[in-house]
Amino acid sequence: MLDNLPLILSSLAAGVPPTVFAAVGGIALTIALSAVAGLALLSRHRAVRAVSRVYVEFFRGTSEVVQLFWIFFVLPALVGYQIVPLAAGIVVLGLNHGAYGAEIVRGAVRSVPRAQYDACTALSLSPWDRMRRVVLPQAVVEMLPSFTNLFIQLLKSTALLSLVVVDEIVRRGQLLVPNLGVGEKLTIYLVELLLYLGLAVLVTSGMRLLERRAAARVGRPPTAARSGFATGVAM
Amino acid sequence: MTGIWDWGYAVEVLPALLRGLQVTVLATLLGSVLAFALGLVLAIVLRARVPVLHRVVRAFVEFWRSTPLLVQAYVIYQVLPDVGITLGSLAAGVIALGLHYACYTSEVYRAGIEAVPVGQWEAAAALSLPRSRVWFGVILPQAVPRVLPALGNYVISMFKEVPLLLAIGLVEVVTVARQLSADSFRPVEPLTLAGLLFLLVSLPASILVRRMERRAGAG
Repeated sequence: MLDNLPLILSSLAAGVPPTVFAAVGGIALTIALSAVAGLALLSRHRAVRAVSRVYVEFFRGTSEVVQLFWIFFVLPALVGYQIVPLAAGIVVLGLNHGAYGAEIVRGAVRSVPRAQYDACTALSLSPWDRMRRVVLPQAVVEMLPSFTNLFIQLLKSTALLSLVVVDEIVRRGQLLVPNLGVGEKLTIYLVELLLYLGLAVLVTSGMRLLERRAAARVGRPPTAARSGFATGVAM
Repeated sequence: MTGIWDWGYAVEVLPALLRGLQVTVLATLLGSVLAFALGLVLAIVLRARVPVLHRVVRAFVEFWRSTPLLVQAYVIYQVLPDVGITLGSLAAGVIALGLHYACYTSEVYRAGIEAVPVGQWEAAAALSLPRSRVWFGVILPQAVPRVLPALGNYVISMFKEVPLLLAIGLVEVVTVARQLSADSFRPVEPLTLAGLLFLLVSLPASILVRRMERRAGAG
């Protein structure tokens, strides 16, 4: 029954690089957009806050699938230029999760105690130095655990790219399904789920490392080890 | 091609999109009911430390929520028929949503249960109340109201994830939009309207949840 196991494994393994590429690209874009939009939400200028708020609410308020289809089907009709599916996917992953990340950044920066700002004034640090040397290092410790969860969400969302024919893990599986028998369908999906689990564990352990470093940098003890092996949520 | 946006066409496709939206909302509501009920069962099993079972549940919850809902929906829709359980798109979709989100809601309930003061457990033990009355008469009535806003947020997340069930043939709003644009070769109006319909539902819903949060915080 499992004669096709090597075929299944090699097929799905070939989908891993596009999935990883989409996830890494999406995460990079998410970080950039979260930082820009998150800080913009805290701007003194009303117009800057408003622009950022509209971006955040728009992308959090609509469905990721709709965003993906819009960029993939509507944008070409408007501008007459078809964007490469994988690139479209990375843009949507980044825009969507960047909107959630912006709120994380905003919350974390606001959680830095007022006294830290007063101390910066006492030391007559410039606003730039205050942000770079005092506020952000502390805010980053606060935001990292939430970003771990966000990146896991993003990793899971890469599966949606199969809907716009990116040759990632899920689409490779869908191409196999019609040709294979009963027990093999289950094998395909099981392997897919395990691949995502493995990638999720990688993301989590990488983030744990960053969390420990960021905490050590501001002289805090590392946060207590949490029991969830993939998502890091205590249970 | 007539301009970028054709109002006549937009008005023409709106009724079909609204029917699709009804299916999306229906799937969300049914999925939520399942997620709320199943999540509670999972939370109680985890909290009560039922031997062996709680370890299995814990591993399953971690596994299931680290993996994509889309693949899980395929498993339920395409693999279950092989073992004699054939489900329609809506039923399979609702089960996929409910099971996936139960893994999140169990976590929410857990936090709510932990927030109930230890004294309540001790008092219930002192009165030697039966197990079921401890849970349903003492602990849950205090834990659940506190976590309603968090559950509400998951309902909104779920609503936005329903469109991926188009992969298993659920005719929800985005499927309708895709069909309309394939028939007319005009993707702009149907897909843009579909996006706006999501905003139209989820923005008021988030405002409602935020208000619940504030009230829960004040109470």
